[in-house]
Amino acid sequence: MRPFTYERATSAEDALTRHDGETYYLGGGTNLVDLMRLGVETPARLVDVAHLPYDEIQLTPDGGLLIGAAMSNSALAADRTVREGHPMLAQAVLAGASGQIRNMATVGGNLLQRTRCSYFQDTAKPCNKRDPGTGCPAREGEHHNLAILGHSEACVATQPSDMAVALSALDASVHVLGRAGERTIPMDEFHRLPDNEPERDTVLEPGDLVTAVEVPPLGMPSRYRKVRERASFAFALVSIAAALDVREGAVRDVRLALGGVAHKPWRAWRAEEALRGRPATRESFLRAAEAELDAAEPLRDNAYKVPLARNLIVRTLTELAERAEAAEPGEGTTS
Amino acid sequence: MTERLESREKVTGTARYAFEYPVENVAYVAAVQASVGRGEITAVGTEAAMALPGVLAVLSCENAPRLSDPPDGELAVFQSRTVSYRGQFVAAVVGETLETAREAARLVHVEYAPEAPDVRLRTDHPSLYQPGKVNPVFPADTEQGEPEEVFNNSAVRVDVTYTTPAEHNNPMEPHATIALWDEHGYLTLYDSTQGASTVQSMVAQTFGLDPSHVRVVAPHVGGGFGSKGIPKPNVVLAAMAAGAAGRPVKFAVPRQQMYATTGYRTPTIQRLRLGADNDGRLNAILHDVVEQTSTVKEFAEQTATPTRVMYQAPHRRTSHRLVPLDVPTPSWMRAPGETPGMYALESVMDELAIATGIDPIELRIRNDTDREPESGLPFSSRNLVACLQEGAARFGWAGRDPATGVRWEGRKLIGTGVAASTYPAYMSPNRAIARAEPDGTFTVRIAAADIGTGARTALALIAAETLKADLGDVRVELGDSAFPRASVAGGSSGTAGWGTAVVRACEALRAKLNGAVAGGRGGSSHAGNGAIPPEGLEAAADTGAELKAREKYARHAFGAQFAEVEVDADTGEVRVRRMLGVFAAGRIINPATARSQFIGGMTMGVGMALLEESVMDEEFGDFLNRDLAQYHVPACADVRDIDAAWVEESDPHLNPMGSKGIGEIGIVGAAAAVGNAVHHATGIRVRHLPITPATLLPDL
Repeated sequence: MRPFTYERATSAEDALTRHDGETYYLGGGTNLVDLMRLGVETPARLVDVAHLPYDEIQLTPDGGLLIGAAMSNSALAADRTVREGHPMLAQAVLAGASGQIRNMATVGGNLLQRTRCSYFQDTAKPCNKRDPGTGCPAREGEHHNLAILGHSEACVATQPSDMAVALSALDASVHVLGRAGERTIPMDEFHRLPDNEPERDTVLEPGDLVTAVEVPPLGMPSRYRKVRERASFAFALVSIAAALDVREGAVRDVRLALGGVAHKPWRAWRAEEALRGRPATRESFLRAAEAELDAAEPLRDNAYKVPLARNLIVRTLTELAERAEAAEPGEGTTS
Repeated sequence: MTERLESREKVTGTARYAFEYPVENVAYVAAVQASVGRGEITAVGTEAAMALPGVLAVLSCENAPRLSDPPDGELAVFQSRTVSYRGQFVAAVVGETLETAREAARLVHVEYAPEAPDVRLRTDHPSLYQPGKVNPVFPADTEQGEPEEVFNNSAVRVDVTYTTPAEHNNPMEPHATIALWDEHGYLTLYDSTQGASTVQSMVAQTFGLDPSHVRVVAPHVGGGFGSKGIPKPNVVLAAMAAGAAGRPVKFAVPRQQMYATTGYRTPTIQRLRLGADNDGRLNAILHDVVEQTSTVKEFAEQTATPTRVMYQAPHRRTSHRLVPLDVPTPSWMRAPGETPGMYALESVMDELAIATGIDPIELRIRNDTDREPESGLPFSSRNLVACLQEGAARFGWAGRDPATGVRWEGRKLIGTGVAASTYPAYMSPNRAIARAEPDGTFTVRIAAADIGTGARTALALIAAETLKADLGDVRVELGDSAFPRASVAGGSSGTAGWGTAVVRACEALRAKLNGAVAGGRGGSSHAGNGAIPPEGLEAAADTGAELKAREKYARHAFGAQFAEVEVDADTGEVRVRRMLGVFAAGRIINPATARSQFIGGMTMGVGMALLEESVMDEEFGDFLNRDLAQYHVPACADVRDIDAAWVEESDPHLNPMGSKGIGEIGIVGAAAAVGNAVHHATGIRVRHLPITPATLLPDL
């Protein structure tokens, strides 16, 4: 491990002033420290921001949530407001990692997890994300759990965070403090597709510090479902964050995002568009899923993800529709 | 039911493992792995590493001391410029701190003349050959009658090929060693090993030392599953590094480095042919296996050997062929041979059950035998049928509808499966000492290993019974090569082999006590009678002659495993709802730890069925999933309802305890039971492991 200095920021502004080119902010360390041990990340300086006073959820005037970036994943998932108003978010967080890791991991750090592609994690192999310009062995090598959507010649990695998938479906936005002051980035624009710059996971600029995630009110039943070989403590093969508002048998509103399929949480805009105003039936759900997955470009060994994602969309929406049918009007906000 | 004697130490963290011994002036080792899959080392650049403050030594093929006589190629650390597989240790750094050593290891610059590695196992490989024997000493090929012809003329024929992937042992405690040389050239190793005596003799041979000059200490070991059965390169590296640095060193192999350097189970390709009458009676069994070894050392997994034991059939052939590839050397992993072999055989038996329309339990009963089919020897005991019947009753097998793909619960398909288990009742010669202490207690010493199995507790129970003493008055000391020489904790032979030596030593001690104390009972109340000298009274045993004199029997444990699975029809996720194993393994010495052994093996079998696969990268030539986040073993959520039971078995032909081994049989057949249940649930017969959503989805 390359020698580094460790400092504790006294405030967000202080963190920014301590940040130079080779600095990383340290949250729970559950991903960064592992990558440092592997030599994948070699920061010269760690600025600890985990103890900064961003560890609470505040209610916003419109009834949404402002979730502090230093809040632990465990605390987020256990929060009653989150569990009642945004159940898919609590479910997504609980679907990730293990209890011990969630106790350490922060909301900000969770968003910035790096891909689990095995080539990225091995410094003795080429990887455009880790070492730009060296090539992508995953395209022809082991990629059974890599991307089917939005990948590029340069990179077929997937974004590993479950929480980010739920936040994408929830139309969340990320509050960032940067050199030019505060700004807000819509969740769907926070993570990038790889294009020719797979080394950039997000649109963050050097020194940017995530301070909070804002989640607007949801007001319809939602669910997060994660498919994986192992029942727990595994990254998604495909996951889905879905919310569905059905009135009189028709889709009034819908939110859909997929995990495990792309370099970013994949907001299924096409499927959503295909569903609004349509009958809440299996046929509509299937057509919507196919409309979204039309763009899929599976690799040699991950074509199974296409029917998996399709089935997952249909199944999850069907279950949400059945729940809406069973519920009396006005009770749609409980899970 | 006796709780593990060292439970408190283990759960409170005071049980000391190899890396944890306080050693003064200790330095740390970090190893450099080959970054090419095959080739020659042309240069080793050490300047940058040596320039780092705190670096004590850099070792490689360019400066390593010559070893005397490494007993296998994997132990010839830094003795040649040849790279035999990617990830092989090619250099190492000794540093004042672990961090320094690891950073310096990153700075060592090794240059290679690389060649493309050949790492893909295939049945048409031009280098395929017949090994001289398979592990440990079985013939590679056997044949009885006219198997091909009889198979071809059988009324019912099943001819299928099953494949299993490479799998890694992944003990929780990594391979770890502290090495110290004293001023007389004596070597002490605190080592995480399954056999202190084995490490002692093999390391002594490697360095040209008298074995008495090497001491190996390993009272607590955090698992091994076979990977610590013989020393791996890390032990030699630690000893070499301590010599080079002139300091004691610690070396724990990082998890990522274990995948290339500490052993794994070979992938297998198994063609099985079963020829039977319409009533399911087997006429011919052919089991032909292709598997891999390295170019460094031959390891031939005995995959087809259970087919020589399981079922009657007048015509039989088993064969093993190896391909030497540019890969790390495969080695022992829990029930080598039986685990992949019985996965295939017991899956094919399920296929035959369906082909003949006979219930899979009935099919196995019809093909049961009271003599080992190939050797013709009588079984010392064989209670396979009792296990199947007891298991069927407990599991609720009766009335099972054999139709596949028809039991729906919501969007989930439900199915059940059964498979048989078997494992040889091995036993090795051992020595032990039993002592009567002046304070009325007893001490038993043997260089055995407790790798988490409960061996210490079992041996204490055996000693207490023989001595007619209270368990609390018996102290078992093991895990030290200074104690009487013991066999490795492998082949499920520990309790049988070590236990016999303990019994004989305790019997000899009782005889001495009876002689020493007039009218004495030789029991626990010898204290205070003045007959025990202050230094205690001691008796020793060596079971070598006793083992040689044993009658000829086929000695094996048997079992039956049952699984119920649910398969999500939309996602292909498979979950094992419940699992039951019933075993006939002689007398069970300690039910508490025995149950842990059985269900631990079964859990590992669930992993084999559904999760575990070491993925070889054909371009680079190494295993890609190199940590527990990427190599999946079952988590608690995968093990919902798992139970093990055993049938009473009294077998006078085994050993004084009447025990068979229990460490491995739990994994044998488990994957087949799960795979057969998946077939029953879905109608999809998957013939390669693991069974995953990617495999199932196209056919669901």
